[in-house]
Amino acid sequence: MAETFIHNRQLPVGSQGHLASGWWGMLMLIATEAMLFAYLLFSYFYLASHALSPWPPNGPPSLRIAVPGTLILIAGSVVMWWGERGIERGKTRRLIVGLSLALVLGVLFLVLQGSEWKGEPFTLRTNVYGSLYFTITGFHMFHVIVGLLVLAVLLVWAARGDFDANRHSAASIGVIYWHFVTIVWLAVFFTFYIAPRLG
Amino acid sequence: MATIETHRTPVIARAADGSATSQKLQRTWDGKPGLGGWLSTVDHKEIGKRYIVTAFIFLLIGGLEALAMRVQLARPNQTLLTPEQYNQLFTMHGVTMIFLYALPVLSGFSNYLWPLLLGSRDMAFPRLNALSYWVFLFAGIFLYCSFPLGKAPNDGWFNYVPYASLAYNPGPNIDVYALGMVLLGISTTVGSINFVVTLARTRAPGMSLNRVPILVWGTVTASVGNLFAVPAVSLAFFLLWMDRQAGAHFFDSTAGGQPLLWQHLFWMFGHPWVYAIVLPAMGIVSDGLPVLCRRPLVGYTAVALSTVTTMVLGFGVWVHHMFATGLPILSLSYFSAASMTIVIPSAVAVFAWIATIWTGRPVFTTAFLFFTGFVLLFVIGGVSGFMTAAVPVDWQLTRTYFVVAHLHYVIIGINVFPVVGGIYFWFPKATGRLMNEAFGKWTFWVMFIGFNVAFFPMHILGLLGMPRRTYTYADNLGWGTPNLIVTIGAFVFGLGIMLFLVNAFVSLRHGRPAGPNPWDASSLEWSTSSPPPVYNFAVIPMVASRYPLWENRLDDGPDRSSVGTGLVLDKERETIGTSVLDAEPDVILKMPGDSYLPLLVAVAMTAVFTCMLLHSWWGAGIAAVATFLGSVGWLWPRRALAQIET
Amino acid sequence: MNPRVVLASSGLMMLPSALQGEPSMAYQRTFGPAVDPITRLGWGLGIISLSVIVIIGALLLGGIFRKRSTIPAAELPQPTARDDAGGMAWIYIGTGTTVLILIGCVVWTLLVTAAVAEPAGAREMTVEVTASQWWWSLRYDNQNPGQIFNTANEIHIPVGRPVRFELSSADVIHSFWVPQLAGKMDVIPGQTNVAWMQADKAGVYRGQCAAFCGPQHAHMALLVVAETPEAFAAWREGQVTESVMPATDEAHHGQLIFETHCAPCHTIRGVTPAGIRGPDLTHLMTRRTLAAGLLPNTPENLTGWIASPQFFKPGAHMPDHILSGPELIAVAAYLHTLN
Ligand code: HEA
Ligand code: HEA
Ligand code: HEC
Ligand code: CUA
Ligand SMILES: [Cu+2]
Repeated sequence: MAETFIHNRQLPVGSQGHLASGWWGMLMLIATEAMLFAYLLFSYFYLASHALSPWPPNGPPSLRIAVPGTLILIAGSVVMWWGERGIERGKTRRLIVGLSLALVLGVLFLVLQGSEWKGEPFTLRTNVYGSLYFTITGFHMFHVIVGLLVLAVLLVWAARGDFDANRHSAASIGVIYWHFVTIVWLAVFFTFYIAPRLG
Repeated sequence: MATIETHRTPVIARAADGSATSQKLQRTWDGKPGLGGWLSTVDHKEIGKRYIVTAFIFLLIGGLEALAMRVQLARPNQTLLTPEQYNQLFTMHGVTMIFLYALPVLSGFSNYLWPLLLGSRDMAFPRLNALSYWVFLFAGIFLYCSFPLGKAPNDGWFNYVPYASLAYNPGPNIDVYALGMVLLGISTTVGSINFVVTLARTRAPGMSLNRVPILVWGTVTASVGNLFAVPAVSLAFFLLWMDRQAGAHFFDSTAGGQPLLWQHLFWMFGHPWVYAIVLPAMGIVSDGLPVLCRRPLVGYTAVALSTVTTMVLGFGVWVHHMFATGLPILSLSYFSAASMTIVIPSAVAVFAWIATIWTGRPVFTTAFLFFTGFVLLFVIGGVSGFMTAAVPVDWQLTRTYFVVAHLHYVIIGINVFPVVGGIYFWFPKATGRLMNEAFGKWTFWVMFIGFNVAFFPMHILGLLGMPRRTYTYADNLGWGTPNLIVTIGAFVFGLGIMLFLVNAFVSLRHGRPAGPNPWDASSLEWSTSSPPPVYNFAVIPMVASRYPLWENRLDDGPDRSSVGTGLVLDKERETIGTSVLDAEPDVILKMPGDSYLPLLVAVAMTAVFTCMLLHSWWGAGIAAVATFLGSVGWLWPRRALAQIET
Repeated sequence: MNPRVVLASSGLMMLPSALQGEPSMAYQRTFGPAVDPITRLGWGLGIISLSVIVIIGALLLGGIFRKRSTIPAAELPQPTARDDAGGMAWIYIGTGTTVLILIGCVVWTLLVTAAVAEPAGAREMTVEVTASQWWWSLRYDNQNPGQIFNTANEIHIPVGRPVRFELSSADVIHSFWVPQLAGKMDVIPGQTNVAWMQADKAGVYRGQCAAFCGPQHAHMALLVVAETPEAFAAWREGQVTESVMPATDEAHHGQLIFETHCAPCHTIRGVTPAGIRGPDLTHLMTRRTLAAGLLPNTPENLTGWIASPQFFKPGAHMPDHILSGPELIAVAAYLHTLN
């Protein structure tokens, strides 16, 4: 009989850790979002390879703001990872600290990025490079903002004491998104800031 | 308050309809009555039916548009439609059929059938399912909002720039298309995520991946394909909107942009998409046809693999829509060969169906006629695709009615025929009544003959050099007679569709009662009553083979599935979560109840796009905040879902 | 298959012979090395395709009627797995055969692709084609700047010589297609695509824009007139010359009106050199058709067109009612002198 493989086993009830369906859902969301950025970067390289004038038109963009920004995002991810490890052991405090720090770092990144935007001599309308630059970094900023909203909501829930060692899938899932935002930035950073310096 | 249980050992017991267990389940799963219940339901069966009905309404609208075009084209130099009207009609016809009919109707089938096929109580994300339907509905309405004003999208369904750019198309036409497609993309994406996670998580114990029906393979392949492909088109339309409304230059060749970038992005999506709108339909046939041939499908594994292979290869052939754009010969040759390669998995499937018929004992039901008719139409449509895959031949055939013939043979042949056959097949399951068989066979012949009369001559028109998307033509080119035949055939086919709908409507009330398993079929959905109860299965079945209801007769393997006896999960809304490959029970999942939030979030999202269309940035901001708040409410950790302890 | 369809398709075979009469778009028979190998390949693939359809159709019918169940649907036969093993052979044999055919087709396709590549000789004669909504501007290149000239919608080429076309667009995407001489090549803003063709037989070949380009995409045809080298040389001489002063007073009056009302868009070499928004009209009367193949170039049609282009070609970028009645007659008289 088929029951043989049921083993009369105890089963966890409800979303616990990686058993939550939402965990899978988030991975799928990230897969499709990653494709979105892949297509964006494809557009960048496609247009760059067809450019008749020098690319980028004003030379490679300065690293002065972008490098600290990158480090900040990475730091945010590390902090968040630490916070999430905390709640897995039931340490809500640690999660709260992690979320708060990541929030601050994320906002800092936005501020830096905003100042870089301000300083650019070109706009979205100047030429296709300008269109690409503002659209792609803008897309990423939008994802940072969404990520920050996620962190903020998680912070509220964590502060209410909703999470414990057993039930914290929302936090674990939200954190994956934050890591994704960081990783995508690395791809964007490489495309705009590093690739033009390579060849 | 007591903390909620963290672990439980599910009871295995027998429970029939009407038992105490099933009465309890009925109470927990039943939705609210009345309009409130209608708007808030998350039942996959309800949503599936809505998808199908809505898609059919769009089929009728798109069909009427087609008939209007056919009247205009019946004779040379007609003036029934102005050129601009004609352009909007063929564009909306393509958009409606491809985006609002072809995929949604299959989403409907899969939504309805999946949990029943998989032995589960609902999709992995019931509320997301509702959201996906509402957004689809609203996106459809959105795409039509400018139609009554005579400002509908007018650049064809693939919407090439620069004709779609502001300089040549200043009205709202293209903005409606661009924003509507981004909105619709959200629906497709969340729907696809739901299918993938459902397959990964909520199969009945024992239903390992090599035991799921082919329809499930088809849908999950299409869904993964969508997750990878849809971002390309959403992005393309977003960039176009940026060009039009923010002054960007992505496609503007005077400022470094490239018109061909549009074509690449569109077809990187477009080609995988055409397989997404047929693979689930081919799954319908792969599951339905064998039942009517009284034997299992020949080559289950080969067909499942061919499904996946088609999609994988489908990502590498998009340039065959761009053979005449002046790309280097080397890359054309590559894409030509790749497009020919994609014939191979299709051949596998075709020969598997033929073998199933040949080695089986076919029963002549209406569904059988539709399924076998489909095989022939697929081959006719497929070989014309094979001809256009040869680069130099395509230089002649592309953008002529030959391509129009190809696309209707494949889409109607592989989508509409299996869908109609599938409805004949599963109608008794969904409604408890059989559709009229004798009338059904008549319907089939009207549709089949009408279809071929309408679309076969289009090949000839293409070979006579008639370009597509022309609102009229001169009388001295020999195009008059074939066009007249096409128009007559189109009306006959339209009549066939009407007859089918009449049959469905009448049978709904007056059809012969069906009983749980009228076709003596093999898969799990036929083990529950017709129509199935809200909770699908009183106990979650346990599966030991690919054909749980045929095991004794096929006598394959020592194990036997258990369908009347299974896991009793009757505390609140629950179903079983299983492991990805082998479907070992993993977790008892708590399922959400009915909720207005999907509808509210869908309304808010649509409001964002509507405000963007109207350039009301404040409105868009407010609607975005509403979307966000709705989502937070949706995700708020709930005790009932065991997301928090206290 | 439906008998009318069969009739229509047999009519198809006879159509190319209609070439002597009306120019046709059918390409079952073609007339030049840029396309003949394609036509053979097309026939080949077509015959393979038809055979596949017939074979699969026969197999389906055979399968259905061989063991068609005589039991009424109410008493379904028991499912069986007895002949499960036999089925797989279908897949192996069917797919195997398909693969072999496909390999052959790919090789043939690649050979044809190479065979119709542009020959070196095509560079000797180049025509620059600029596509606009909804007409074709043509510029015949030459080493000698004095021999360069513009015309529109009607391409003349010498028989037996390859001709190269450099395609550019003034606005949206179009596609350059003369089916009996060459396959399509898109005309895309921001890039110059190249096509070539050679007519082995004198005659008038019809072409048409094949990429959707707006409301009048249906009426964007062109003619290719392939003629003996002598006739071509004579045509060319005629085109190079500037237009001559009209002889009659009425025509002269027409010319003055033309200069004020039409010259912003139309060039007549020697008279009004500026307008490029509409076709070059210097030798309008040598052309067979008006408005990109839409109307035969008869006096009535010419007058009618000038009076109301929108009537014939709604949306065309030439406005209605530019002229009053008498002006119209004078301009028409003037245009009649342009040959
Ligand atoms: C809906 C689904 C669908 C499907 C399944 C297909 C299937 C295929 N399509 Fe089609 N296609 C479209 C939808 C689809 N297409 C649409 C909508 C367009 C037009 C878009 C537009 O321009 O508006 C298009 C256009 C299109 C083009 C571009 C034409 C042009 O614009 O110039 C090409 C070119 O290669 C092509 C090729 C193919 C091929 C090779 C297949 C193959 O997958 C077919 C394989 C199947 C078979 C061949 C039959 C079974 C096989 C056998 C029985 C074995 C024996 C066969 C041989 C030996 C040949 N398709
Ligand atoms: C699922 C896809 C699908 C379907 C089902 C159809 C169905 C039909 N199509 Fe369509 N078609 C496309 C997808 C589809 N098409 C696409 C993608 C294009 C390309 C667009 C582009 O170039 O951008 C196209 C283009 C296209 C053209 C080319 C236009 C051009 O290039 O100029 C034509 C011309 O004849 C045509 C005709 C038809 C006809 C006659 C039907 C018939 O099957 C329709 C049958 C009729 C009905 C289904 C209606 C029945 C209803 C009634 C009889 C009335 C009752 C009404 C009520 C009670 C409300 N289609
Ligand atoms: C605003 C621009 C404009 C003005 C002014 C204009 N035309 Fe035109 N004309 C066009 C365009 C554009 C076409 C091509 C139309 C088409 O085929 O779609 C055209 C086509 C023609 C043709 C057909 C040419 C051919 O080779 O087929 C003739 C003849 C003609 N115009 C004559 C005139 C005369 C005479 C006048 C003045 C009374 C005039 N046009 C004024 C833009 C203009
Ligand atoms: Cu120009 Cu179509
Ligand atoms: Cu394709």
